[in-house]
Amino acid sequence: MTDATASFPPAGVPPACEEMQLLIQADLDGELDAAATAVLAAHLRDCAGCAALQRELANLSGRLHAELRPEAAPASLRRALEARLAPAAAAPPAPGGFRRRLAPLLSFGAGAAIAASLALMLPRTGADPDGELVAGHIRALQPGHLTDVASSDQHTVKPWFDGRIDYAPPVMDFVAQGFPLVGGRLDYIGGRPVAALVYRRDKHPIDLFVWPSQGSAEPVMDTRNGYNVLRWARDGMAFRAVSDLNAKELADFARLWQGAS
Amino acid sequence: MNEAEFARVALPHLDAAYTLARWLLRDPVAAEDVVQDAMLRALTYFAGFRGTNARAWLLQIVRNTAYARMAQRRGVQEEPLDPDGKHEHLADPGGDPEAALQGAEVVSALHRALAALPAELRECVVLRELEEMSYRDIARVTGVPAGTVMSRLFRARQMLLRIGRDAGAKERTA
Repeated sequence: MTDATASFPPAGVPPACEEMQLLIQADLDGELDAAATAVLAAHLRDCAGCAALQRELANLSGRLHAELRPEAAPASLRRALEARLAPAAAAPPAPGGFRRRLAPLLSFGAGAAIAASLALMLPRTGADPDGELVAGHIRALQPGHLTDVASSDQHTVKPWFDGRIDYAPPVMDFVAQGFPLVGGRLDYIGGRPVAALVYRRDKHPIDLFVWPSQGSAEPVMDTRNGYNVLRWARDGMAFRAVSDLNAKELADFARLWQGAS
Repeated sequence: MNEAEFARVALPHLDAAYTLARWLLRDPVAAEDVVQDAMLRALTYFAGFRGTNARAWLLQIVRNTAYARMAQRRGVQEEPLDPDGKHEHLADPGGDPEAALQGAEVVSALHRALAALPAELRECVVLRELEEMSYRDIARVTGVPAGTVMSRLFRARQMLLRIGRDAGAKERTA
């Protein structure tokens, strides 16, 4: 309240009225208790200045209420979010998943605004899948969300993806090398469903995202929000390993994959 | 599933989220982008949500995302191809708010007066008058004590009244 009294009293307002101004406002905002309301009412009977301020503030609130309505979120935004948040209800995964996400924006209408919003949205998902992968990894770290199918058996995890995505991700277990398979999960990256294999190295979970794509076989390390992101490609599949595990051991994990057949 | 539960809790407040972002950024395209960003961020934080007052919780994230975007925008204002900077300039009535308050455009006059307020004052008015939030909830969204919310609201209303009075005086002398 020090901030309140120090910052705004207009020059020439008697001290008693300075006190009253916030009460007048709180009263109009429905935030005043009965005792303070009584004090305010007594003051307003005797003070023409404060009574006038009360009328002005009430009038202003009325006009703001009448003239400024809450705005409805654009249908394109609502649809994009609904599609993102309800993957189970969405259509079966199709190769055009990424375009499907943008389709609602295109049907929304034509014009500069659409072009501009596409320009804003395309590079974000297109140029920074790593950010999305890390976000997916962090989401999955919440209790009970790490795996959709919990199994250390690759022959259980691999068929689980059948019918859930339109490709068959390779699934390996490296328990002997200290990277046991924990399970698998379906994640949504860039608007399309992506297979996430979950491994552990000691206490560190590793998400390995796999999807069909071409790329360099040579592993490339990156960090996002303190997480290591290692990417490589092999046999027409793109791999991204995301973990808080140190870079060296994560690279060991990648080498196991590259040596596997 | 996590996503479904989040959708059930958060999507009912999508209009409120968009309204706040619109008023903070003063640009529909940027607002849509910021809300989408904020919702996905909120999904990440959803495990930490304790189940009380989803609207205030969500709007707090929208507000912080919008402020981050505004800071970023100030950093790239010299960029000639920056559409946001252009929008900001157009949305601001500039040094002549009276000009915006004349004639039959009463609705847009108040609209523009509010849009011209500093963001910290503008958000309090939007949350109170459009979203009808309590001081306590506005304090939570904006991250300041309730007393500061009261003083900011009062400053904002004083400024809106002054703009209205000045416009009225100008009309009478014209």
